[in-house]
Amino acid sequence: MWLSTILTGAARALLGASARWQGSPPTLAQRLYFANHTSHADTIVLWSALPAPLRKRTRPVAAADYWGASAARRFIALKGLNAVLIKRGPRDPNVDPLAPLYEALDAGQSLILFPEGTRGHEALPGPFKSGLFHLAQRYPNVELIPVYLENLHRSLPKGEWLPVPLNCAARFGAPLARVGGEDKQAFLERARAAVVELSR
Amino acid sequence: MTPDHKLYLVIGGVVALLAIATLITETLRRRAKEPSAVIDNLVARVRAWWGMVAIFAAAFVLGKNATIVMFALASFYALREFVTLTPTRPADHRSLSLAFFLGIPIQYGLIAADWYGLFAIFLPVYGFLTLPAVSALAGDPEDFLARNAKIQWGLMICVYCISHVPALLTLQIPGYAGQNALLLFYLMLVVQISDVLQYVCGKLFGKHKLAPVVSPSKTVEGLIGGAAGAVAVGAGMAWITPFSPLQAAGMAFVIVVMGFLGGLALSAVKRSLGAKDWGDMIKGHGGMLDRMDSVVFAAPIFFHLTRYFFT
Repeated sequence: MWLSTILTGAARALLGASARWQGSPPTLAQRLYFANHTSHADTIVLWSALPAPLRKRTRPVAAADYWGASAARRFIALKGLNAVLIKRGPRDPNVDPLAPLYEALDAGQSLILFPEGTRGHEALPGPFKSGLFHLAQRYPNVELIPVYLENLHRSLPKGEWLPVPLNCAARFGAPLARVGGEDKQAFLERARAAVVELSR
Repeated sequence: MTPDHKLYLVIGGVVALLAIATLITETLRRRAKEPSAVIDNLVARVRAWWGMVAIFAAAFVLGKNATIVMFALASFYALREFVTLTPTRPADHRSLSLAFFLGIPIQYGLIAADWYGLFAIFLPVYGFLTLPAVSALAGDPEDFLARNAKIQWGLMICVYCISHVPALLTLQIPGYAGQNALLLFYLMLVVQISDVLQYVCGKLFGKHKLAPVVSPSKTVEGLIGGAAGAVAVGAGMAWITPFSPLQAAGMAFVIVVMGFLGGLALSAVKRSLGAKDWGDMIKGHGGMLDRMDSVVFAAPIFFHLTRYFFT
């Protein structure tokens, strides 16, 4: 897709978008990458940092209320980044908001998820929402890879529209271990700690 | 010999030099009984040199504007490395964006437009006054002076100083019309040969560390050997410059001294920011600024000496 080439090219030229495989090598295993979220450029940088064969089978998860809001954003998200759009906000008890993700995971695709659910201002992530826990329970064989995105909170923070070009690397950690019987809070805290650890 | 012939000849000379370097380093690597970090780094450096020379040669052959764009990109990546390592606050966002997206294009645009008067003062006057004003409007007084000083310094080093390399193309030197690209080549050749020879002489004969804290790899033996070699090469290349051999030797000496001081000063800045390399853009060398640190100090002085005495 020409748009993907432009987006990854622009991300590399402006923001570096280099990959540091600190805890795990890049492999074709089915994975769920989860990262800290501070910037609209997060998705593009993480996605561009993946080697092309991995990128082909990896889809970012994006909020429908933002990325589906206009035809242009929708086009970039769906055609350029091959994103899966999900709904945030008030719950409809009859609809599982994660359903589009199950579909992608069932099809063998990898996902990029920002478990904070929204962008923060700080270098370190805030508390994680429960979606990551449910996905981890439902798909015990998918590798959970923590990712720390550095400098994006400085490069294109919330509220700014022009980036400051900085070297924004994606640091990939070791797959998060599965602990039997672990409750939701403990799991989410451990997952967050894994991302924080990569920031050091 | 026409200027074009000279250009092709010097490019051919560099390619031959690199071919020899490749032959030596790849042989060393093959002969080494056990893997050695120094040899691996040497091999990586020489390979990266091929890439840099290819880009450089392409820009040269394409002409003045391509060369200006190439150095504008070098400034962009150097400034990106500088700002990445420099702690800034959210209130600096607008002034940093301005530095990248207005500062660089205007500074290099002025070279393309051949407007020397504004080129010389645009960043030191207009940039100097505009950026802190924009920062102040963001309303965050914490560390204001230190933050602005760092942004100004990054801009002067990465953009203003580096822009003096392609600015050589605008000098009107009597009897040297159409050959300015060779002058630019001369500057880069002397700076880089000096760096390479300092590295080689330092590795071979280096005993006395020159600045153990600021730049541990620099040695007295490396400096003397590198300087002597680079001045000899500079004098030998007088035929591509408007200088006599003696003048060329003097110019090469100034370039070497400034290059050495630039490497030292930028190494101190780098260390004050807590880093060993500026980045990892160029394999084996580090970042853009690790390769350009000597050019940064040498370029403006070489430009002004040439402008004052030869135009």
